[in-house]
Amino acid sequence: MVQQEPGPGSDAILEVAGVDKSFAGVHALREVDFHLRPAEVHALIGENGAGKSTLIKVMTGVHRPDAGTVRLAGREREFRNPLEAQAAGISTIYQEVNLVPLMSVARNLFLGREPRRFGLVDTRRMNREAAEVLGRFGVRVDVTRPLRTLGLGAQQMVALARAVQVEARVVIMDEPTSSLEPKEVETLFSVIRGLKEQGIAVVYVSHRLDELYAVCDRVTVMRDGRVVHTGEIAGLERLKLVSLMLGREMSAVRDKGSTAFDSDSHELRDGQPALRAVDLTVRHRLHGVSVDVHPGEVVGLGGLLGAGRSETAKAIIGALATEQGSVEVEGRAMHRRSPASSIRAGVVMLPEDRKAEGVIPNLSVRENISLAALPRLSRAGLVSQAKQDEIVTFFMKRLRIKASGPDQKVGDLSGGNQQKVLLARWLCLNPKVLLLDEPTRGIDVGAKAEVQGLVDELARDGLGVLLISSDLEELIEGSDRVVILKDGRVVGHLAGDDVTEDGLLDALATAPESPDLAAAPEPPDPATTPESPDPAERPQPAEPAAQAAPAASTGPQPANPADPAGPAPGEPREHPAKESQS
Amino acid sequence: MTSTALQPAPTPSGAGSDERAARVPVRERVASQVQRHGALAVLVLVVAIASATSSTFPTWNNISSILGSNAFVWVLALGMTFVIITGGIDLSVGSMFALGGVLGAYGSRHGTWLAILLPLAVGAAWGSVQGLLIAKARMAPFIVTLVGLLGLRGLLQALTDEGATTYLVPAHSWFRHLGAGTWTPVLIVAALFALGALLLTRTRFGATLTAMGGNEHAARLMGLPVARAKVLVYLLSGTLAAGAGALGGARLGSGVTTIGVGYELTAIASVVIGGTLLTGGAGSIGGTVSGVLLLAVIHNLIDHYFSQYGSAFTDTVNGGFLAVVVLLQTLLSRTQQLE
Ligand SMILES: Nc1ncnc2c1ncn2[C@@H]1O[C@H](COP(=O)(O)OP(=O)(O)OP(=O)(O)O)[C@@H](O)[C@H]1O
Ligand SMILES: [Mg+2]
Repeated sequence: MVQQEPGPGSDAILEVAGVDKSFAGVHALREVDFHLRPAEVHALIGENGAGKSTLIKVMTGVHRPDAGTVRLAGREREFRNPLEAQAAGISTIYQEVNLVPLMSVARNLFLGREPRRFGLVDTRRMNREAAEVLGRFGVRVDVTRPLRTLGLGAQQMVALARAVQVEARVVIMDEPTSSLEPKEVETLFSVIRGLKEQGIAVVYVSHRLDELYAVCDRVTVMRDGRVVHTGEIAGLERLKLVSLMLGREMSAVRDKGSTAFDSDSHELRDGQPALRAVDLTVRHRLHGVSVDVHPGEVVGLGGLLGAGRSETAKAIIGALATEQGSVEVEGRAMHRRSPASSIRAGVVMLPEDRKAEGVIPNLSVRENISLAALPRLSRAGLVSQAKQDEIVTFFMKRLRIKASGPDQKVGDLSGGNQQKVLLARWLCLNPKVLLLDEPTRGIDVGAKAEVQGLVDELARDGLGVLLISSDLEELIEGSDRVVILKDGRVVGHLAGDDVTEDGLLDALATAPESPDLAAAPEPPDPATTPESPDPAERPQPAEPAAQAAPAASTGPQPANPADPAGPAPGEPREHPAKESQS
Repeated sequence: MTSTALQPAPTPSGAGSDERAARVPVRERVASQVQRHGALAVLVLVVAIASATSSTFPTWNNISSILGSNAFVWVLALGMTFVIITGGIDLSVGSMFALGGVLGAYGSRHGTWLAILLPLAVGAAWGSVQGLLIAKARMAPFIVTLVGLLGLRGLLQALTDEGATTYLVPAHSWFRHLGAGTWTPVLIVAALFALGALLLTRTRFGATLTAMGGNEHAARLMGLPVARAKVLVYLLSGTLAAGAGALGGARLGSGVTTIGVGYELTAIASVVIGGTLLTGGAGSIGGTVSGVLLLAVIHNLIDHYFSQYGSAFTDTVNGGFLAVVVLLQTLLSRTQQLE
């Protein structure tokens, strides 16, 4: 079923042939062939655990292949570490944390190739250039601040800026968009188009299929460590892609809606809300936000970047200190909120930043899932092993956690599967109220549907859910009610039949500008949302993508962010990868 | 997806909101300042109080005895700062200090150059072996350098026939000048600290050390030469310790085998008091300077006020003081959510 391109491999800039890679007990890559042509954007897709990141790590010297070869520009290479791959012209944004949180933004951007004068790092020039470069990526911050004080999206933009700063022939991006907002995704796309214009090849991993159609030329689909398809992306149907990924027939994939949420709204139980947050106020971030969640109800939080959605959830569980406001759980007021006391009261939050926090990499899947629930599972201090196993197996099956077994170390799981483990941990706490911040981020299509179905089911069983998602479709189809936030204020409510994308966008567009925020995000523009309002439009998106490249290059973009100091635009790079460290 | 693709690239105007969202809370900012400069503030405070209340503290005699007799030992804290910033630890420096003294005294009988070069070479060699074991064989720094602590003491015993032989620095040797008086030691040590600060903040090597302490995996993925830097940092620490020991020997006029016991702990304490995170990834040479000075002044005061109760008592007070400072540092870094 492998459809290899007929052309000779010699035109490839990066060529992988017959690569095999096993980890203890896991055969992660099997006879993988992969061709990357110059100046193409090549999508690499597959379910969680399919082997995408492993392939990338084999190509960039993090792992050594057990068998097979890697060729760069026709020459066989055996990179022993990422440094060598980078020096040869392969620049990579890995899926896991790529930066050093305690160091300054500028330092992170320039680590390893700081500008120097008389052998010493020229700090002033470094800071100036960092501010310049990041400005072009839409990140305007004090570059001397520690990186960890930046938002997730901004951190990812720093990683991106760092990767394209290097003189490279190949840029590899492993799920660069998993923590980006729509606007930042757009910046990323224009960067990718800029790279392409300079003849640089890009490998692009993402679980959001829309993005692939927007920027990619060709696609390679992986399943269970094998390449199952390589070809042009134009003309390839969405459904076909999904069925290739999942290894199922197209007819089986083609089901009713595009998300797995049941379209019926949940039956509302009256009585007191499971969660009532009143007048939450956090300096500069939230201004008197109130939200109610009833048992059996999914309440969506809508809004754009910086609207205060995550902050609201954090303020509710006490992860963010509030100046004002109160929270009641089933009518009982929570004094001195903290994440721990919230869990005890039955309010549990799945945090947005799952890269850095959350899983305990050295413990097994079983322990990671059941640790937080242990007090609940134990009787007189003893934990029933059978009960624990039952829960763990249930979630592993339900969320399709791909592991060799419940005893595998979580640190060895693929990125998406680690996220599923975290999700399982919170779900098995059996909470009264679940706060989900981007629950399906970084999770593949198949498992996404399972997560959505599970949320639906939990709500039906009487759980109250507060759902935050940048995926508009998910938000709309999943929520019974939507509370719309803007600049830290509630600006609207949608309920019943009004819960539609148009309704949400209308409410955002007509929301009054808040008075105190000169630097507020631009007025919401319905067109900047990544989701197409009409799912029927999906199957033929290749054309707009092709038109988009010239549109982007003639747009008002001040300069090409991909290449601040390099050769003039249009001038092809002959030997961009010099092995110099200057 | 049609709508997004047709959008022109965004003008980056929303960044202001990011700035706002990312602002560091005041409490964290204060904590971070205190952590970084707390030792200096306490040092100034303690010196001010001591000068105001005691007639003997602010005398030149006393100050020169604080500076001159301790300066070389502070070099251990300099090396330790580098090691701790990478997230490692070097327990062998106390023993290395003693070995450096003995080797220096031994070498001084054959000329000043040998007195300097012999300890440095041995320190560098031993340090790089430790570094290689840690970086390449991936052994725990704690274990490797603990072996160093014990092994070097053994070597010392062997060299001196179990302490029976004492190597003296010849009375007329120029080597003695290096350790004599107050100013020479202080200037040598100050120069070393200044070079160290430059190395840490203004070179790629220094940035690599900090980065690998902050997140070693990320540093490796960023293409930084992590393994090499690790070897070099233990090499540096060993060399500094041996060199400092040699200078100490020059000051004392002989190689003393029993010296240096527990110095590694004092060094670690000064580094931590100076605001360097014991977990690595953040710290400064300036902080360590404050840390060593603060410890030295406190020692001096405790000696002065409590000496009549005996040395066991002064050690207890010292330990208690250390515990308080380390506790404070921990609380501060927790406020900053560094853990
Ligand atoms: N260091 C390791 N030790 C053991 N197994 C590993 C290791 N790294 C990856 N694996 C296994 O190899 C398989 C492929 O993982 P990989 O990270 O390549 O998946 P992926 O396609 O990137 O998935 P995702 O979309 O979740 O990021 C998984 O089953 C994973 O458990
Ligand atoms: Mg991956």
